[in-house]
Amino acid sequence: MKIASMALIAVLAAAPAWAQDTAGNGTVKAPAPVTGQQVYQQVCQACHMADAKGGIGAGQIPALAKNAKLEEPSYPVSMILQGRGAMPSLTDILKPAQIAAVVTYIRTNFGNHYKSPVKEADVKAMMGQ
Amino acid sequence: MQTGTTRRQLLTAIGMMGGTAALYQAMTTMGHASETQFAGPPNLSGARPGASVLVLGAGLAGMLAAYELTKAGYKVKVLEYQNRAGGRNWSLYGGDTYTELGGATQKVGFADGHYLNPGPWRIPYHHRTLLHYCKAFGVALEPFIQFNHNAFVQTSEAFGGKPVRFREAAADFEGNVAELLGKAINQKALDAELTTEDRSKLMEALRGWGMLDKDMKYKSGLLSSEHRGFERPPGGGVNGAPIPSTVFDFKEVLNSQIWKNMAFFMNHEFQTTMFQPVGGMGMIGKGFAKQVASLITQNAKVTRIMQDKAGVTVTYNDTATGTVTEAKADYCVCTIPLGVLNQIPNNLRAEKKSAIAAVPYSNSVKIGLQMGRRFWEEDDYIYGGHSFTSQDISLVSYPNYKYFTDGPGVLLGAFASGSGAYRLAGMTPEQRIEAALAQGSVFHPGVYRKEYQNGVSVAWSRVPWTMGCCARWNEDTRKEHYQELVALDDRVVLAGEHASYVGCWMEGALLSSLDAITRLHKRALAA
Repeated sequence: MKIASMALIAVLAAAPAWAQDTAGNGTVKAPAPVTGQQVYQQVCQACHMADAKGGIGAGQIPALAKNAKLEEPSYPVSMILQGRGAMPSLTDILKPAQIAAVVTYIRTNFGNHYKSPVKEADVKAMMGQ
Repeated sequence: MQTGTTRRQLLTAIGMMGGTAALYQAMTTMGHASETQFAGPPNLSGARPGASVLVLGAGLAGMLAAYELTKAGYKVKVLEYQNRAGGRNWSLYGGDTYTELGGATQKVGFADGHYLNPGPWRIPYHHRTLLHYCKAFGVALEPFIQFNHNAFVQTSEAFGGKPVRFREAAADFEGNVAELLGKAINQKALDAELTTEDRSKLMEALRGWGMLDKDMKYKSGLLSSEHRGFERPPGGGVNGAPIPSTVFDFKEVLNSQIWKNMAFFMNHEFQTTMFQPVGGMGMIGKGFAKQVASLITQNAKVTRIMQDKAGVTVTYNDTATGTVTEAKADYCVCTIPLGVLNQIPNNLRAEKKSAIAAVPYSNSVKIGLQMGRRFWEEDDYIYGGHSFTSQDISLVSYPNYKYFTDGPGVLLGAFASGSGAYRLAGMTPEQRIEAALAQGSVFHPGVYRKEYQNGVSVAWSRVPWTMGCCARWNEDTRKEHYQELVALDDRVVLAGEHASYVGCWMEGALLSSLDAITRLHKRALAA
């Protein structure tokens, strides 16, 4: 597969210096999603929707369904690593293996047919690891 | 001695000579105002005749800008995407309908007088700007019960997953820490750090603070029960004598990480006294809207923001009719959330565009659950406050109004963030309610599902007009982009919680707005 070799610096979400409104400092304990589908349903779907069609309001959440930009695997990987606009970097909640799994999942579902899988090592390489 | 008048006169004089910054400095020096940067309303005046301002967004920042700039003499017009003013200051009531991105529509079924605050819900006593304008605009406030010792804490990591009262775990944490520190002193571990006299003072403090006995032990008994509560509380008559409660195993107390919840309440933004508007947080937005309603154009989706030497041109679509309009003004205050603004074509300078693009938004999910009776009060003696859990919902928070009534009550059944909020947001509204009922039942088993009547959820990542909850700055982005984000770009200035260091609070939106319009006014007078 042809993941671009550029190393991306993952910006880890640092604890905010000022206290945003929050439930109460506690730590949420829940089993981590493993498969691409699980990661999609438990993270991505919050914005991109269960059918991956995104949404349009004052702005637009891009559709991942039938999205030709997914052909180049480094594109969705870099979106997850770096974020864009309102979308945050997700490296604080997703590990490289989970990112690889979910990118493989969206590239082979929702009307996308980009069969070559993205591997954990590819994601790590983009993170400079 | 009566010094109030003299001090006030002096401060007014300083304010007139040196502006608000000097006033703030002076007030701080005199021991006032160290808790806020608000030095009073801006008192702008003397706008050039005919000068005009377009305000984008009718949230609190936009409406405050419109209010103060109108007072200063500007012709102001406000464009708002929604068919409602108030922005994230918002309450959902019975009969309301809410459609999220993706199309799921919920009809709110709450009984009369009950509500969910999907966004802001509590106001620190030191958010002076917000409190000032609430008073000025006639928004009635009441106490928000922030700290309730009798509410529950629950985590999968301790006490077999069973909830315990905050009071019990917190008292045991403090008692054990006091005992251990006392031991360290007795074993001479702190001889190098403290004088004999100070060691003796600290021992006295530890005994009193930690409820230790004469041997400096923290253990089950009447003493520790004074903090953690009794097995049988003191009463009258034959069985009047109290029975002490049994302290928890310290290992479990440590596993519970109760210190995180204790530390939460120590945070400046979360210290009592906190307030809420009578009748729902949305009353503040309504109070502001009353002042500027005639200036607001609703259903206006901004599609283009351009400025040149002559002025600012903003293109917008009427989402109800499809009509495209170009609005022109001399200046523009843009309060559109950054994630949305980032997608609107504009000719702001490149550095500004980079700053707008650099700040992602937080997610958050809130769920309101109407229960047929107030079992948390009747069965568990919980009046307001929060029960914390390690599950996705993060907490159940109890309503601070209509105490002791027989009718229904609306609980906050979730205030999730991070991964928990992503999981809940990805569900259908029905699935979210089911998850909230399943998880909240940990505090009130059985009765929680039995009394549930109806509910509504708001997932901020799917809110059509913000696509997120709040701007998420970090130290790096602050350093690289913050000053550029707030700087005037010729005729345009940004305002909102995202342009403040009081992020995600209404106070930040208001302070940002006052600062932005003060600078814009100065620029307009200099033109």
